[in-house]
Amino acid sequence: MHGQAHSGEGEQRSVAPLVELRGLRKRYGRGNQGVEALSGLDLTVPAGSLYGLLGPNGAGKTTALRILCTLLAPDAGAVQVAGIDALQEPRAVRRLLGYVAQEVAIDKILTGRELLELQGDLYHLDRGDRQGRIGELVDLLGMAPWIDRRCGGYSGGMRRRLDLACGLLHRPRLLVLDEPTVGLDIESRTAIWGVLRQLCAEGTTVLLSSHYLEEVDALADHLAILEAGRVIAEGSPAALKGALGGDRVTLRVREFSTPEEAGRVQRLLEGCPGVRQVVVNQAQGYSLNLVVEHEGVVEQLRRQLADAELPVFALAQSRPSLDDVYLQATGRTLMDAELAVAGSRDPKAERKQSMR
Amino acid sequence: MTSAIPTLPSAALGPEPSALAEITQETLALTRRLFVQLQRRPSTLVAGVLQPLIWLVLFGALFAKAPAGLLPGGLSYGRFLGAGVIVFTAFSGALNAGLPVMFDREFGFLNRLLVAPLRSRSSIVLASVLYITVMSLVQSLAIMATAALLGYGWPGGTGLLLVLVTLLLLVFAVTALSLGLAFALPGHIELIAVIFVANLPLLFASTALAPLSFMPGWLGWLAALNPLTFAIEPIRAAYAGQLSLTAVVLEAPYGSITAGTCLLVLAALAAGLFLLIRPLLDRKLS
Repeated sequence: MHGQAHSGEGEQRSVAPLVELRGLRKRYGRGNQGVEALSGLDLTVPAGSLYGLLGPNGAGKTTALRILCTLLAPDAGAVQVAGIDALQEPRAVRRLLGYVAQEVAIDKILTGRELLELQGDLYHLDRGDRQGRIGELVDLLGMAPWIDRRCGGYSGGMRRRLDLACGLLHRPRLLVLDEPTVGLDIESRTAIWGVLRQLCAEGTTVLLSSHYLEEVDALADHLAILEAGRVIAEGSPAALKGALGGDRVTLRVREFSTPEEAGRVQRLLEGCPGVRQVVVNQAQGYSLNLVVEHEGVVEQLRRQLADAELPVFALAQSRPSLDDVYLQATGRTLMDAELAVAGSRDPKAERKQSMR
Repeated sequence: MTSAIPTLPSAALGPEPSALAEITQETLALTRRLFVQLQRRPSTLVAGVLQPLIWLVLFGALFAKAPAGLLPGGLSYGRFLGAGVIVFTAFSGALNAGLPVMFDREFGFLNRLLVAPLRSRSSIVLASVLYITVMSLVQSLAIMATAALLGYGWPGGTGLLLVLVTLLLLVFAVTALSLGLAFALPGHIELIAVIFVANLPLLFASTALAPLSFMPGWLGWLAALNPLTFAIEPIRAAYAGQLSLTAVVLEAPYGSITAGTCLLVLAALAAGLFLLIRPLLDRKLS
C-alpha cells in the first residue's frame, strides 16, 4: 500500500517540457557602458501550454526570446527545444518554431500573399501544400480583402496578422510571439487572442511576452514574471494568485473621509482578527485598502464598524489580481516599473542590438 | 556539453530532403523577391542605364573633334569611349549590390530570413549575386546596343562572348566587395558614401576615358593597377576585332599585359574578395 501516492499514474501526468532555458546570461556592450540583459534566466515551458512572459520593458523578455529563436547567442547557459540543443543544432530548432517579432519587418513592395509565398519557400514547403496553407491562414486571420495588396499600405493590425500568418505557415510546434498586441486596435487584438487560444487548443505550444497584465491574465495558463533578466515568479495565474491568499478589500466609510477618521478606522481594522496590511489610500479620498484572510472576515468587519457607529459608504471585495502578484513579487506595481524605465531606454542602441 | 537534459538528434525529425533542392528553392525565392522589387520600382534600372548613356553621348561628343590619329590605332573617340562606359556600367551596377542587403539588415528583414531554417545561409548572398549579375549584364547590353546605334561598333559573336566573360568576372569581384561592405558598415548612409566616393575616382584613374599614353607617370601607374583597366582593355580589343587571349592589350609601365592576363587578374580578384569577405559573412550570418 505504501508509496502508492508517488508511483500512481496520476503523478506521471506532468507534461514534458517543450522549451527549457537554463542559466541564460547575456550582456550588451562592454565595461561600465554594458547592460546586463539576462542574469541567469531559467524557464520551462510545458508542451501544449499558452505561456506568458510578463515584465516591464527592459526586463529581458525580447533578449530571451531572441536567444530561444536562435537569433542571438547567449554569453552562458543552455537552450533546449523538444530536447534539441538550440546552440548545437539551430536549424533543427528553427524548423520547429515560428517567431513573430516585436518590430514587424515586412517588404513594403511585396503583397501579403507574395510575402507568405517567400516565407513558404524559406521553410521549404511543397508548392501545392504552400498555396493551400496560405488559403487556410488567409481565412483564419480574416486577411482575404487585402492580402493581394502591397504591404506598404497595411495598418498596424493588418501587419501583425500577416506576421502571425508568416509565423504559422509551416505549422510550428512552438509559436513564439514578442509583444503580439502592442499598439493594436481592440478588434485586431481580440482576433489575435482568439487565434492564439484556438492554436493552443489544437496542440500548438504558444509562448508570448507581454507587459500587459490583462493580456497574460486573459490568455495564459502559465506565466513567468521577469525582473532584471531573471524569472522571479512562475506558475499558473490561479496558483500565483492563490498563493498570495486572502481577498483584497477597499473600504470607504464615507465618500471623502478625513485623515483623522481614516486613521481611526485603520486602528479599528488592525485590531480585527483575519485582517492584514491595512493601508490608507490618500489618493482616493482616504479610503482603506486591506487584505482579509477569508470570506467570513468581511461580515465580522461590518459588525465591528456598526458597533463603532461608523457608516459604510462602499465596500468592494476582489480576488487577488495579477497586479497584486506582481506587486508581491517585485515590491512595485507593473505600471511603476514601466514608468521607471520609460525614460532610460535608448531606441537607437536597441535597434543596433537587433541588427546583424 | 554536459547538459543534464538528454539531446535528441535532429535526425529524429525525419530524413532531410536533398540539400540542392532546398538551396535552390530558397535561393530562387530570394532572387525572385529582388526582381519583383525591381519590376515595381524600376528607377534603379532606369538610372543605371541612363547614367552611362549620358556619359556615352555627352562625353563622347566632348572630344568628337579630337584630331584624327591622336588615339592609338587611329580610333575615333566615341569608339574608344564605348568600352570604358560598358565597364563603368557593369561596375556601378555591381557596386550597388550591397544596398538591398543593407536595407534588409537595417529594417530587420534579415532577421526574418535568419530565423527560418535556411539550408545554407549562403543563399542570401547567392540571391544578391544572381540578381546583380543579371541586372548589370542587362544594363551593359543596353549600353552596347546604344553604342552600336551611335556608330561606335559591335564586337560580333565571339567578341560578345569575350565581353560578357570579362564583365562577369568584374561583376563578381565588385559584388563581393559591395556585399562585404554591406555587412561591415553600420548603415546605408555609410555604404552610399563609400559607393559615391569610390565611383568617379576609379573611373578617372582607369583607361576608360583616355589611354595610358595621355597620363602623367603617376596616374599611368594607378590606371595600370586599377581593376577597371583590366576589364576595359580586353573589351576594347574585342571591339577592335582582336580576339586572341595572347595578344597584348595594354602597355603598362611594368610590362605588357595580354587579354588572357587581364581575365586571370579579374578572376583572381573575384576569388580573393569572396575568400576575404567569407569570414565576415559567416560571422554575421551565423
